[in-house]
Amino acid sequence: MKALSEFKKALIISLWFMLLTFPIMVIRVNTIEKVVEWRWRNMAFIGIGSFLLSFVWRYLLGRKEKGRKLAEAGSVEARPFSRRLLDEPRIYRPALAAVTLFAVAFPFLFSSYQTNIMTTALMYVMLGLGLNIVVGLAGLLDLGYVAFYAVGAYSYALLNHHFGLGFWAILPVGALLGVLFGILLGFPVLRLRGDYLAIVTLGFGEIIRLILENWNEFSFGPSGIANIPRPGLFGIQMSLNEATIYLYFLMIALCLFTIFVVNRLQDSRIGRAWIALREDEVACQAMGIDKTKTKLTAFALGATWAGMVGVIFAAKTTFINPASFTFLESAMILSIVVLGGMGSIIGVILGAFILILTPEYLRAFSNYRMLLFGTTMVLMMVFRPQGIVTNVRRIYKFRARGRDGEPSQA
Amino acid sequence: MDSVLEVNGTTMDFGGLRALHAVDLQVRQGEIVALIGPNGAGKTTFFNCVTGIYDPTEGDIFISPPGGKRRRINGIKINRAAELGMARTFQNVRLFPNMTVLENVMIGRHCRAKAGVLGAIFRGWDTRREEQEIVDHSYEILVKIGLADQVDELAKNLPYGAQRRLEIARAMATEPFLLLLDEPAAGMNPRETEALEELIVQIRDEEKISILMIEHDMKIVMSISDRIFVLDYGEKIAEGTPAEIRENPVVIKAYLGEDVNA
Ligand SMILES: Nc1ncnc2c1ncn2[C@@H]1O[C@H](COP(=O)(O)OP(=O)(O)O)[C@@H](O)[C@H]1O
Ligand SMILES: [Mg+2]
Repeated sequence: MKALSEFKKALIISLWFMLLTFPIMVIRVNTIEKVVEWRWRNMAFIGIGSFLLSFVWRYLLGRKEKGRKLAEAGSVEARPFSRRLLDEPRIYRPALAAVTLFAVAFPFLFSSYQTNIMTTALMYVMLGLGLNIVVGLAGLLDLGYVAFYAVGAYSYALLNHHFGLGFWAILPVGALLGVLFGILLGFPVLRLRGDYLAIVTLGFGEIIRLILENWNEFSFGPSGIANIPRPGLFGIQMSLNEATIYLYFLMIALCLFTIFVVNRLQDSRIGRAWIALREDEVACQAMGIDKTKTKLTAFALGATWAGMVGVIFAAKTTFINPASFTFLESAMILSIVVLGGMGSIIGVILGAFILILTPEYLRAFSNYRMLLFGTTMVLMMVFRPQGIVTNVRRIYKFRARGRDGEPSQA
Repeated sequence: MDSVLEVNGTTMDFGGLRALHAVDLQVRQGEIVALIGPNGAGKTTFFNCVTGIYDPTEGDIFISPPGGKRRRINGIKINRAAELGMARTFQNVRLFPNMTVLENVMIGRHCRAKAGVLGAIFRGWDTRREEQEIVDHSYEILVKIGLADQVDELAKNLPYGAQRRLEIARAMATEPFLLLLDEPAAGMNPRETEALEELIVQIRDEEKISILMIEHDMKIVMSISDRIFVLDYGEKIAEGTPAEIRENPVVIKAYLGEDVNA
């Protein structure tokens, strides 16, 4: 009975697809011979293909539903597999050692082209971790994150151009300008929630880009700024290859710094307030948390990292123009957070590596890049909306732990 | 008598709808006061006015925290109301579902702690001590409330009755002088309701917290309230001790009916 209805549904879906794709897949007007070709074979392919796919789709959906019911009944180990792996010292210690070794050896084993790609991936790790504060923890859907990235990049390019300030002097300035812009842009929009916030931040992101594009006297317009110096190291002259390696290690250090700070933030009074705000805004306020202040902190701290990475980006490419800061960039960073797992540091790191490295190493599919990207995201949203790595709440230690039911001695 | 909460002539309009009409109500230190009335009478709206979610159209709301000074609180921010010592629960439970039971209570400690961004990053000695205080205090509250063996469970996985208790625990973590409970017994079975009754009395007696509660369960209302206020269509139609309310013909007519002697 059930199989029959499944069959019927799949049949309807395939008929629907055959009809939908009929004009583009079947009919072709041959303009040279002035005849219409009917490619009925394509229709058959579409029909069979969508029929089979819909079976697979419904099967997976059914499995997911079953899994959820089991989890609700409590018969499934509550901690996800990935988390159990991470909690097991015999597994994560050697894994950590291997990753460290690989990371250190990487630029000496591979070409500077590969090192460059890795540096880019690390930059996205930092961006992802920054946006994760805003989206993953505080639950504020920010689609204009790239604006702060642009602020950082232009602050280095312009301050260097006009005042000759160096990378290390500007790195903290970029971070501070990120905070400043985070607060400036955050203040008017934080009354809004959900979709409205997303749309307005999207607008802000575009406004910043359009200003950079059109205010020629200030930002040199679409032609951008060239000859931005790479990061220095006590004035030592470096070859291009050495500079690449230096930047790579710089990025590793900054990533570690970011992980350290974000980890501490999310495991603090402020971090808990962010999560509570994401979970229930009214209840959160009723518990004495200042909504505006908490949201603004999240916005500003998220922007800090974008500002810093912006400075690094300018130093890495030595040339910037507004075209590097389009909405697509914001969408990419957001995808990293969503794909990896909102609120999970490991998840965001994985997400960044997957989304940045896969296209680089699958050049053969570069024509289908956006198609694959879109499909992956849709599949993720349907089958694993929580992302690759689920965030697990911390277990706290307290004096009375173990002696349950008994108040601890104050 | 020293009232901790004093509401005078409070009116709340939503467009053309008058949800509250010139309502007076006082809660004295150490009292358990019940607010009853049929659905849609304006009880929750009254709570929302007191806790800063709505700014009443007319009237004055004063609080006098024990040891503090009397002040008017019309239209203060919601979080400010909590800081000043008024904590509440919600009619439809509003926990933080993806946080653990302990973390839910820890959020209640937020307004009694100070650590900021720099404290969080550097995690100095005083931040660590404060964090530990938050954890320990929260756990102690959970012990009192009777949720000590579920501290690490996600709030959304708790049974309904336990969720309601957790909301009370979270509210208590803010160290209120007045606890506002919106239908705390709703959806509880008789055994849970009995335990809740004990808990409310215990909170009043041991923590010296005054209580204002909205409740439909007449058994609990009649047995633990010191005074009862009755709302109907946004107007206060009666107030008095449980014995007085039980005899009050207006109340019987408007609302209680045969329920009283059941
Ligand atoms: N935010 C609001 N906007 C418009 N009407 C409201 C709002 N909140 C409550 N009301 C109306 O006010 C009346 C009282 O509601 P409520 O206080 O929830 O009643 P109770 O808690 O006594 O059941 C109802 O008619 C309700 O529809
Ligand atoms: Mg109500």
